[in-house]
Amino acid sequence: MAAIVQIDNLVAAFDARGEPAGSPVFANLDLTIERGEFVTLVGPSGAGKSTLLRIIADLMPARDGTVHKTMQQSPQRRPIAMVFQEARLMPWRRVRDNVAFGLEGLRLDAAERNQRVDDVLRLVGLADFGDRWPYELSGGQRQRVGIARALAVDPDLLLMDEPFGALDAITRQTLQDELLRIWHETGKSVLFVTHDIDEAVYLGDRVLLLGGTPATITQSYDIAAGRPRRRDQEQITEAVTRVKRGLSQTFEGGAGI
Amino acid sequence: MNSRTLASATGLIVFLLIWEAIARSGVVAPTLLPAPSVLPGALISEVSLGFWHAMVLASMEHYLIGLFLGSLLGIACGMAVALFPRVDATQAWLARVLRPIPPLAWIPFAIIWFGVSQSAAAFIISIGIFWINYFAALTAVEAVDKELIELSNAFGHRSFFARLVKVILPGAAPGILGGFRAGLGMGWMTVVAAELFGITGIGSRMMEAAGLLATEVVIVYMLTIAFLYAVSDTVFVRVRDRLLQWQQ
Repeated sequence: MAAIVQIDNLVAAFDARGEPAGSPVFANLDLTIERGEFVTLVGPSGAGKSTLLRIIADLMPARDGTVHKTMQQSPQRRPIAMVFQEARLMPWRRVRDNVAFGLEGLRLDAAERNQRVDDVLRLVGLADFGDRWPYELSGGQRQRVGIARALAVDPDLLLMDEPFGALDAITRQTLQDELLRIWHETGKSVLFVTHDIDEAVYLGDRVLLLGGTPATITQSYDIAAGRPRRRDQEQITEAVTRVKRGLSQTFEGGAGI
Repeated sequence: MNSRTLASATGLIVFLLIWEAIARSGVVAPTLLPAPSVLPGALISEVSLGFWHAMVLASMEHYLIGLFLGSLLGIACGMAVALFPRVDATQAWLARVLRPIPPLAWIPFAIIWFGVSQSAAAFIISIGIFWINYFAALTAVEAVDKELIELSNAFGHRSFFARLVKVILPGAAPGILGGFRAGLGMGWMTVVAAELFGITGIGSRMMEAAGLLATEVVIVYMLTIAFLYAVSDTVFVRVRDRLLQWQQ
């Protein structure tokens, strides 16, 4: 496997306006994501999980260090796509047009664009919802649209910022399983940020712990369980215990409180 | 007919009946308070003499020009202020000085600059409309969800123009259209005042009629204004609801 993202010695610090300044949020952070890998990132609030995603997506500058991305450049794709916690749909666009948002500006004719939208809507189970307005959708459906919008640009890397954090438990489990199915079908690499350790273990090939002040990756857990997984299988429950223990150690170390 | 419509109709009818009763009782002279029952006759007479539609058309022209210029410039300037910090700093004190001046206070200058003309009326009308749209657009653009701008960046739309067209304009549209609607009403209020000084239109016709104590004609034109306002507002709300059908 080849690395799709390799981060070395990353330092991030910014003031209230998002300009680089002040004391670092994280320092000397190293991280490698292999192609096709599902990596989950957990850590206390304020450890910079979202910041890390934003730096990878070029939405924020890093103060120091290198982010090396090995991705296929093509005028018909975008190498990185992001899924946000609150779905972040544009209320004035119908579902179809929200999904097509990232496709605008790519070299696709109308037929190809429609085809992409249809494909990803089918993939997230919303084939019949294209003409709805966002306000007509449930929270889970909105989040599916957010995922479809990200998949539509056919990215190498999917960055997901607590995408299921605001959903009820049952919807969350359903979407976790659907995400795994989609990941399996599309072979995308995923970096998934969450507060929920059960979620991190159930989804990830690898669970990374971000902690400390300034934060860094303190632990990396390989999740041995094969796929498909069951939530109650031993390797999963065991790994959850290990990660929880690791996280409480990070907390005792004085991070993020 | 639901009960609310019924109550609204009742309120209006009771008002007209009381008015009619007072006018007929002889307590006040007919020139001071003409009865509502004489109004249809007055309207028919104004229409058949050709005054009514001539005045309405003249006022409409002032109104539409003023509305167009005031709204366009108000929205453009308000958006520019919200989008560019440099412009914002430049306008801060200027707006504070100019804004509180009522549109009608511009009448002397309007007449000196444009004469007693269509342009003078349109100018006065546009001033009030300008400020309403200016502040509405300014507030609306500032209130556009910053997270949607980040979203736009994340999906490759990073140029100023892309952001403007894809996020800021649609995001600010409800606020901008709200300002436009307020200006729509404001325009009819100033149109009469602007014409009271002799610029041909509903206002000048009202002054003529008042001079002849033809108060029923004055009321005909008062109600004409209310009617024109109601029509323009209703049409606009239809258009707005269509544009903003994405809102719940």
